[in-house]
Amino acid sequence: MLAHPARAVGAIVTRELRRYLSQRARFLAALVRPLIWLLVFAAGFRAALGLSIIAPYQTYITYETYILPGLCGMILLFSGMQSSLSLVHDRESGAMRLLLTAPLPRWFLLGAKLLAGAVVGLVQVAAFLLIAALYGIKLTWIGVISALPALILCALMLCALGLLLSARVRQLENFAGVMNFVIFPMFFLSTALYPLWKMQESSEFLAWLCRVNPFTHAVELIRFALYGQLNLPALGWTVLALIVFFGLAVWGYEPARSRVSR
Amino acid sequence: MTDALAIRDLSHAWGRKSALDGVGFRVARGRFSALLGPNGAGKSTLISVLTGLIRPRPGRVEIGGIDLARAPRAALAQIGVVFQSATYDAELSVLSNLRYFASLQGLDRKTSSQRIDEALDRLDMRERARERVRDLNGGHRRRMEIARALLHRPALLILDEPTVGLDAPARRAITDHVHDLTGHGVSVLWATHLSDEIRDSDQVVLLHQGRLQADGTAGALRAGSALSDWMLRETGAMPC
Repeated sequence: MLAHPARAVGAIVTRELRRYLSQRARFLAALVRPLIWLLVFAAGFRAALGLSIIAPYQTYITYETYILPGLCGMILLFSGMQSSLSLVHDRESGAMRLLLTAPLPRWFLLGAKLLAGAVVGLVQVAAFLLIAALYGIKLTWIGVISALPALILCALMLCALGLLLSARVRQLENFAGVMNFVIFPMFFLSTALYPLWKMQESSEFLAWLCRVNPFTHAVELIRFALYGQLNLPALGWTVLALIVFFGLAVWGYEPARSRVSR
Repeated sequence: MTDALAIRDLSHAWGRKSALDGVGFRVARGRFSALLGPNGAGKSTLISVLTGLIRPRPGRVEIGGIDLARAPRAALAQIGVVFQSATYDAELSVLSNLRYFASLQGLDRKTSSQRIDEALDRLDMRERARERVRDLNGGHRRRMEIARALLHRPALLILDEPTVGLDAPARRAITDHVHDLTGHGVSVLWATHLSDEIRDSDQVVLLHQGRLQADGTAGALRAGSALSDWMLRETGAMPC
């Protein structure tokens, strides 16, 4: 009874991974972006930005250590949007039609696509963390293992956002604009690069936007998890965002509304 | 024996524009049925309904005796589809494309390997199984898609203008290949706007502006006036 769904999920995830690993330029680009932030941007910002001791940190930390969870989130955010682009491409090429005519529930097939996108994002984060550790960022095995569920959840949430966007975007050409309107506001209006209190000092309104941004909670979930701690509010907001984004995406792909059928 | 396909009073509109208006016909088991009509006749909309991409409202569709609205998963398991646009992954090999589809249909590894081997032998493509699909010519790509659509042994094979973009010899080869499949018990619904792809013994369902214009064998329709009238109106030529 479960064999068919399991085979379908395996096939969808394997296909996505094969496609990803066959595109070396995509793999390198996904790593270069956060590494430039870590190695270049952080070096400049370390001098300009003073960080006080904030949870979950017990002592003063380097700026590189602070932005590490945000950069993991950045990889997952870009990966989620990339998987969304891949979904739009699948729809234009007809591969999405083939998928949706499989004799499985539509929500299940979309969930499998979500999982496939998340797996691709997690492969990128694993490679990035390895390079960050070699660069000298202090990471413990326990921290990385305890962060894994948080990373999986964040990857799913951001891929669900990508899935939702792909349900509404008609053509590949329109997608670049959507990425600019989604990725940059989400990333910069979050705690990925600076703590919330820093943002609050300059603008209460921007700090409020950071608080309602699901990406902020994803980053905080990863940050606390890297130190073996659970940030319950961040977990709650991330789960809620995952449910809302995925629910709306499934609704968007319903036969009556879907652009796949046309 | 139940029909491979039974459609009753099917209608659909894109916004205010009616695409299908009270369409109804049957496809018997092992029969080649051509869904004939000019562009905009409603063929692609009908195929979107049959493949579950659009909900039939109102109307009723039964595939292999299974109601599509009541049991969509069981009904979809009864069809194999070749869409007008390509639905393969050009960067992956022929084998990977076939395995991917077999897994989506729930075939276990042993069964899928056995059927893929059979399909590759039938297509005479065993040596090219590990080649990327992008390296195949258009005719071979189409044949691969047809073989893929049959891996799970569906009751009905649906093809939406499968010869679009192919040269004349490849068109003829694909048309002959699918006609031959009916000899092996496969039921076929072949959407086209080209009447030369239809043989006299084939069933023809003629659609125009979303309405059923005629339903009968091509020979009978050619002898009468329905197919001739339509061909004259649409192309200015008499049917072959």
